[in-house]
Amino acid sequence: MSEATANAREATVSVRDLHKSYGAVEAVRGIAFEIRAGECFGLLGPNGAGKTTTIEILEGLIAPTAGGVVVLGRRWGKDDREIRERLGVCLQQTVLSEKLEVGETVALFRSLYREGRRPDEVIAEVGLTEKRGARVGTLSGGQKQRLAVACALVGDPEVLFLDEPTTGLDPQSRRQVWEIVNGFKDRGRTVLLTTHYMDEAEKLCDLLAVIDHGRIIAEGTPRELVRSLGGDHVVEIEVGEDGRGLLGPEVLKDLPALRSVHAEAGRLLLTVTEPHLAIRGLFERLEREGRSLQSLTTRHASLEDVCVALTGRHLRDE
Amino acid sequence: MSDRARLRAFTALCLARLREVYREPEVVFWSFVFPILLSVGLGLAFRNRPPESSPVGVVEGPGAPAVVAALEHASLLKVRTLAEAEAGQALRLGRVDVVVVPGAAPSATTVEYRLDPSRPEAILARSRVDDALQRAAGRQDPLTSREVAVSEPGGRYIDFLIPGIIGMNLMSGGMWGMGFNLVDMRIKRLLKRLLATPLRRADFLGSHMAVRVGFTAIEVGFLLAFGRWAFALPLRGSLLAVLLVATLGALCFSGLGLLVASRATRIETVTGLMNVVMMPMFICSGIFFSADRFPDALQPLIRALPLTALNDGLRAVILEGASLASQSGRLLVLGVWGGLSFAVGLKLFRWN
Repeated sequence: MSEATANAREATVSVRDLHKSYGAVEAVRGIAFEIRAGECFGLLGPNGAGKTTTIEILEGLIAPTAGGVVVLGRRWGKDDREIRERLGVCLQQTVLSEKLEVGETVALFRSLYREGRRPDEVIAEVGLTEKRGARVGTLSGGQKQRLAVACALVGDPEVLFLDEPTTGLDPQSRRQVWEIVNGFKDRGRTVLLTTHYMDEAEKLCDLLAVIDHGRIIAEGTPRELVRSLGGDHVVEIEVGEDGRGLLGPEVLKDLPALRSVHAEAGRLLLTVTEPHLAIRGLFERLEREGRSLQSLTTRHASLEDVCVALTGRHLRDE
Repeated sequence: MSDRARLRAFTALCLARLREVYREPEVVFWSFVFPILLSVGLGLAFRNRPPESSPVGVVEGPGAPAVVAALEHASLLKVRTLAEAEAGQALRLGRVDVVVVPGAAPSATTVEYRLDPSRPEAILARSRVDDALQRAAGRQDPLTSREVAVSEPGGRYIDFLIPGIIGMNLMSGGMWGMGFNLVDMRIKRLLKRLLATPLRRADFLGSHMAVRVGFTAIEVGFLLAFGRWAFALPLRGSLLAVLLVATLGALCFSGLGLLVASRATRIETVTGLMNVVMMPMFICSGIFFSADRFPDALQPLIRALPLTALNDGLRAVILEGASLASQSGRLLVLGVWGGLSFAVGLKLFRWN
C-alpha cells in the first residue's frame, strides 16, 4: 500500500478502490488503476460494464460513492477549476450547438480556458479547415466527432479523456480520430479512452483494463492480454450435427498445442500455440468420432478473443 | 482564473448565445412579427369608430311624408318608409332601431315610437328622432349648447393593448428563451460538456440572462416605435424608465424560466411547466383587458402575479408618465419573483 501511495505521486491519474452505486445498482465496484504521463490507457468492456461511469467520475462530472481519484496531483471537490484547466474532455454523444459555425465553436471553447492553442491550428489538426465557416448542424457524424475532439484539444490539455470516441463512425473517420489521438500522444501527453472496439484498443492503447460488471477483470498491454490466452492463434471450427447434436468440448481434451476452448453460436473457438499440430490432432479426433467438419478457419488471436474468453460476451453485444 | 480571462469567457458565451438566438428564424417571428400582427389585428377589431347613424323606419300613411321630411334634415338618422307589416319585421330583426308611426292626418300632432327599450341603440335612435321631430314641430330650446370633440391618444383600446403585448412578450421571451433552451442543452448533454471546462456555472447562466435582457431592450424599443408610428401611441414617461421596468420584467421571467428548466430532462416536461406558469397570467394579468374585471376577492392574488405588476407598471410609465419611484411596489413584486426563482433554480439546477 505504501508503495502504491509512492507511485501515485508520479501517476498523472490514479484511481483507488472506486465505487459508484445508483440506488441498488452498483455500476462500479472497486476499480483501481494508474496512468502515467505520456501513456494511453484504455478501458475496454461491453456496454453497461461501467466504463462511462468510471471516466465521468475521473472527469469530475459524477461524484463517486466511495474511493479516491487523483488527477494531475489534485483531487475533485477541492481544486476543480485548476484540474479542468488542464483536462480535455470528449463525452459520449455530445451534440454541439447546431447554429454556431465550426470556427466559432472552437473559439468559444478556447475562451473558456485561461491558456490554450490557436483555434485555427486545432481546426487544421482535426482536418476541418475547409469547414471552418460551416454551421455545426451541416456537418457529417465524423466531422462532428472531430469537432468535439478539437473542442477537447483547444485548451491545450495535459490529459485527454475520450469516451467511445469513434462509436458509430465510418472507417475513414475512425482512422482520422486515431491519428489525432496518436498526434496528441506523440507530444508526450496522457490519454484515457473507453472503447468497445478491439482494433481501436490495439492501435491506440499502451495499457488496457478490461472491465465487466463494474470490475477490472484483466489488465496489461494489448500483447500481454493476448498472450494471457495461452496461445497466439485461434482455430475456429464448425462440425456437422449429423443428428447427434453439437460436438462437445470434451472430444478435444488433451488436443496437442490446445490452450482453451470456447463454444459460440454452434462453433468452437480453439486457442492454440501451434496451429499445425492442433489441426492434425483435430482431424484425427473427428474421424474417430465419425463427425464431419463443415468449416475451419485460423487467425491470430486478438483482444476480441481475450474479451470473449474473459467475459463470455462480444463487446458489441448488449 | 483572472478577472480578465473570466470576462473574456463571459463575453464569448454571450456572443455565442446571441448568435444562436438571431440565427433562429422563429425567434425573429415571435419577438417582432407576432406582437405586431397581434396589435394590428386587435387594434383594427377594437378601433374607435365614428358615431354611427341610427336606422329608422317610418310607417306609410298620410302623415308619413311630413315626418320623413323632418327626419331627413336631422343628422345621424337613416330613414326608410315601410309598410306596417314590413316595419314590424324590420324592428324584430334589428334592421331598424326604432319605428315611427305618424298620426292619422297629415297635420296630426301625435306620433308613436315602437322600440325595444332594452337595446341602448334603440334608446339613442328614439331620442334622436324625437329631438328632430320636436324641433320640426317648432320647439325652441331655452339653453344654447356647444359641443367640443375630445379624442386623445392615451385612452384608446390600442393604447391599453400595446403595453400589455410588450409585457406578454417579455414573459414568453424570458420563459422560452431560458426554459426551452436550457432543457434542450441538457438533453444534448451540452450542459455536461460545458461543466467539464473551467467555466463558472453562474457565468454561464448569467450570460444567458444578459443576452435575454439585451434582446429585451431591442424588442421593447421596436414595439414602442411601431406603436408610435402606426397608432400614435403616446410615451408620457421617460424611455429610460420604460426600459428599466422592462429590464426588471425580463430578469424576473428569465429567473422563472431558469426555475422551470432546473430539473426537466424532457422538452415535454418543461413545455408543460411553462404553460402551467404562464396560463394564469395570460388570462388574469391584464394583457387584452383590464385585470380590474376580476372579482375583488381575487385582486390581491392577481396583483401579486409578476405579469400584472409588469403590465401595470408599463402602462403607468408609458400612458400616465408615472415616475419609477411611484412604481416601487410593482418593481418589488418583480424583483422578489425574479430573485427567489433565480436562487431556487440555481440551487436545484441539474447539469446532467
